[in-house]
Amino acid sequence: MSLKENRINDFVVRFANVNGTGSASANYLFCKAIFRMGIPVTPKNIFPSNIQGLPTWYEVRISEKGYLGRREGIDLMVAVNPQSMTADVASVKSGGYFLYDSSKKLQAEYMREDVNYIGIPLMEMCNEAFTDARQRQLFKNIIYVGALAALLNIDFSVFESLLGEQFKGKEKLIAPNIKALQMGVDYVHQNFKYPLNFYVEKRDLIGDKIMIDGNSACGLGAIYAGATVAAWYPITPSTSVVEAFMGYADEYRIDPVTGKRNVAIIQAEDELAAIGMVIGANWNGARSFTATSGPGLSLMNEFLGLAYFAEIPTVLIDVQRSGPSTGMPTRTQQSDVLEAAYASHGDTKHVLLFPSTPKECFEMTSDAFDLAEELQTPVMLMTDLDLGMNDHVSAPFEWNVNKEYKRGKVLSATALDKIEKFGRYLDVDGDGITYRTYPGTHPSKGSFFTRGTSRDEYAVYTESSDAYKRNMDRLMKKWETAKDYVNAPQLYQEKNHSKICLIFFGTSQFSSEEAMDILRSQNIQTDALRLKAFPFNRDVEDFINAHEQIFVIEQNRDAQMRSLIMIELGINADKLFSVLNYDGMPITADQITRQITSHLNLPNN
Amino acid sequence: MTYIRPKFRHPELPKNKLGYTISYYEGALSTLCAGCGHDSISAGIVQAAYEMNIEPHKLAKLSGIGCSSKTPAYFLSNSHGFNSVHGRMPSVATGANMANRDLIYFGVSGDGDSASIGMGQFVHVIRRNLNMVYIVMNNGCYGLTKGQDSATADRGSKNKSGNVNLFQSIDLASLAIELGATFVAQSFSGDKTQLVPLIKAAMNHPGFAFINVISPCVTFNNNVGSTKSYDFVREHVEATATIDFVPMMSEIKAEYTEGDSKMVKLHDGTYLKLHKLSQEWDPLNRLSAMNAVHNAREKDEILTGLLYMDPDSGDLHEMIQTSDRPLNTLTEKELCPGPEVLKNINADLR
Repeated sequence: MSLKENRINDFVVRFANVNGTGSASANYLFCKAIFRMGIPVTPKNIFPSNIQGLPTWYEVRISEKGYLGRREGIDLMVAVNPQSMTADVASVKSGGYFLYDSSKKLQAEYMREDVNYIGIPLMEMCNEAFTDARQRQLFKNIIYVGALAALLNIDFSVFESLLGEQFKGKEKLIAPNIKALQMGVDYVHQNFKYPLNFYVEKRDLIGDKIMIDGNSACGLGAIYAGATVAAWYPITPSTSVVEAFMGYADEYRIDPVTGKRNVAIIQAEDELAAIGMVIGANWNGARSFTATSGPGLSLMNEFLGLAYFAEIPTVLIDVQRSGPSTGMPTRTQQSDVLEAAYASHGDTKHVLLFPSTPKECFEMTSDAFDLAEELQTPVMLMTDLDLGMNDHVSAPFEWNVNKEYKRGKVLSATALDKIEKFGRYLDVDGDGITYRTYPGTHPSKGSFFTRGTSRDEYAVYTESSDAYKRNMDRLMKKWETAKDYVNAPQLYQEKNHSKICLIFFGTSQFSSEEAMDILRSQNIQTDALRLKAFPFNRDVEDFINAHEQIFVIEQNRDAQMRSLIMIELGINADKLFSVLNYDGMPITADQITRQITSHLNLPNN
Repeated sequence: MTYIRPKFRHPELPKNKLGYTISYYEGALSTLCAGCGHDSISAGIVQAAYEMNIEPHKLAKLSGIGCSSKTPAYFLSNSHGFNSVHGRMPSVATGANMANRDLIYFGVSGDGDSASIGMGQFVHVIRRNLNMVYIVMNNGCYGLTKGQDSATADRGSKNKSGNVNLFQSIDLASLAIELGATFVAQSFSGDKTQLVPLIKAAMNHPGFAFINVISPCVTFNNNVGSTKSYDFVREHVEATATIDFVPMMSEIKAEYTEGDSKMVKLHDGTYLKLHKLSQEWDPLNRLSAMNAVHNAREKDEILTGLLYMDPDSGDLHEMIQTSDRPLNTLTEKELCPGPEVLKNINADLR
């Protein structure tokens, strides 16, 4: 037994279930109860590309220190799926616990000497207590949650209030749920020593934080940002962005007088049509967006080139998943970075934003609309499956009452009257950003022809090399301007104090921060920067130049962000070291620490 | 084709109700081949818009890629135009229409743009009954890439190089009827008398209005043996009816008048007056329209004129219940729920 001391609020529980058996809501109940007890918690849903019958896991990390990244090593496995039993037994840490349904005797092959077994006859208990077949299946899950309550010292009253909220209006369902929970508690009380040598204790570490998934936060962000046209094609893991948008629109976008909707949501025939609709709507002065994932982004490339060249605001939320091709469609990755940065043929560069938390999903979705309209170009929000589909503890959403939408350089009829001759692509202000008009603005001024072919400053078709080059150079000037518009990076120190630094972005944030603490405990000081946007602005360049060894942490095989830094900032490859994870699971602090210490030739603990 | 169009206009050119002469509706000088059918269609669009008293800036013209898709530059220069990507005009038009329901959306496409690369979007824009005019300038070939057969080339038709098309052609008009398009017409670029009232009726239709216009390619597909040549089309054309677009004729009481004429009342009180040439055909009956198209095809005829319409269809906005106010005019006030609501949302997430 390696687990001697009691560990409080620091362990990982993994649930192994069969997809489609109602385990998700039971597991969520467990996770939310810990959140309600004021303890930082991170759930990860590891699910198959399947609706019913395949193995699915739900992993919950509980961390007093507030480490919200995934952690390797399972302290307690709740194994109710015979299909995955072999792997599930193997994944338990030495000295950990294995909770299983003992209605049938556990086969000898699943027995490990260094693991503690907790057998609870879940099926038997359910069959005795409930008559309905569906209830028998569902409450099996609730019984093990009850058992966990006893084993891990979870406050039972928290469950009562959570169930009360969940079944508001369907109070009939509360009593059988409580009964099932109690059955689990009682069984543990009668048969096992409790709590285990790791358990939870009430804390006040959550404060005003919320728990929500990133996709819902993006959907809400689009509502707040004033998006009125959404066009999309279903694809995991981005579907729930638009579903959330729809849900919030049902609530907040119905005209109180007419009952009609201040929003148009179109499920397109494919991703090509979805992005076409978004471009058409933005061209016509509505804020419009789409949400997709890698395969959809590939299909949208041609249109993204049009939006770049014709300078039409476009907002695209890319919830990245494991590629290439269909890849592992229900696993996470940060592997669309290069494709998004240079999407479409010809010379193109696109603005990217990298949120890390639901709060940033909310805010950066709103930023994306402002940036797209100010810069008149596509802006892509690069989130991922981990952030998008898993619940995260996050700072609460904020919205300033005085916040106004930044609609960019758009000429009204009055403004047009004051202009001698309107030139759609005329760089009046010298920042590379030109003035646009919406159709229908003025009877005789401001009309122009939008096209993906070369044109002059007055939007007239031309094959003149000079005019083409002038336009391409102006687009580069606009790109330079964009560096002052996009979100600045997060710097982890006021003054640099190490020659070694870490650069990370998106969901690698949590494990990277934890890795910095681990490294510090080994007397390795690092500076750190979290990228929030592309193009990289001056702060990023200065930070890199101030360090000798730069570790770029990312979740893809090809070190895409490292390449982007090399290409865009001209950084010498010898200075940039990759810390990578591309197995489809969220990166862990241990993976990061191992790769860094091995590079530094330091012993790995 | 003339390279210089005189800017001088007769000072006494007639003006429409808005006080605009027809020249106000023209566009840039066409760069298509001299004699191209597409230019005649552009002229028809100019005339229809002029006669309909359209405010040019209240119309948006959209297209895909190809010879046909270049034409929006050649009409209505006071309208915003959008020459998008190949086969994807319907999606751009859909987004634009969702943003502002108050404009007229005028889409121009070709047979390559609609029947091949853009077939998916063509089919789905019909399903959604998007309120727009959709004209296909159909010449059965890819003009801009020098005359390859398109998917609307008839089987057995010979192209300029003498190659015979082996494949079944796609008939866009009957496909549109089959898919439930709410206004389907067919015409010929050489028949302006028929085309102009059809365009007017299409602009007036509160849903998806499709006009398939046979428009010979003088350079690559006007040869003997081609079924999209001027000569062939003239010899095989058969009209459903002669057509007049009758604005606001409130004095007409009966929907049907004597003999071969039929008055179709439109949603806004205007009428379409059809002098029917075939007694079996009823333009308000989809089945009858389909029969008429199929019968004509059996007889090797190209049936032109209005084929089918449903004057009372609800467009996409009606289906998804968007507000009457164009979405692009809504501001923070209507769109943003504000910080108080956000407090409650946060509270529900704890």
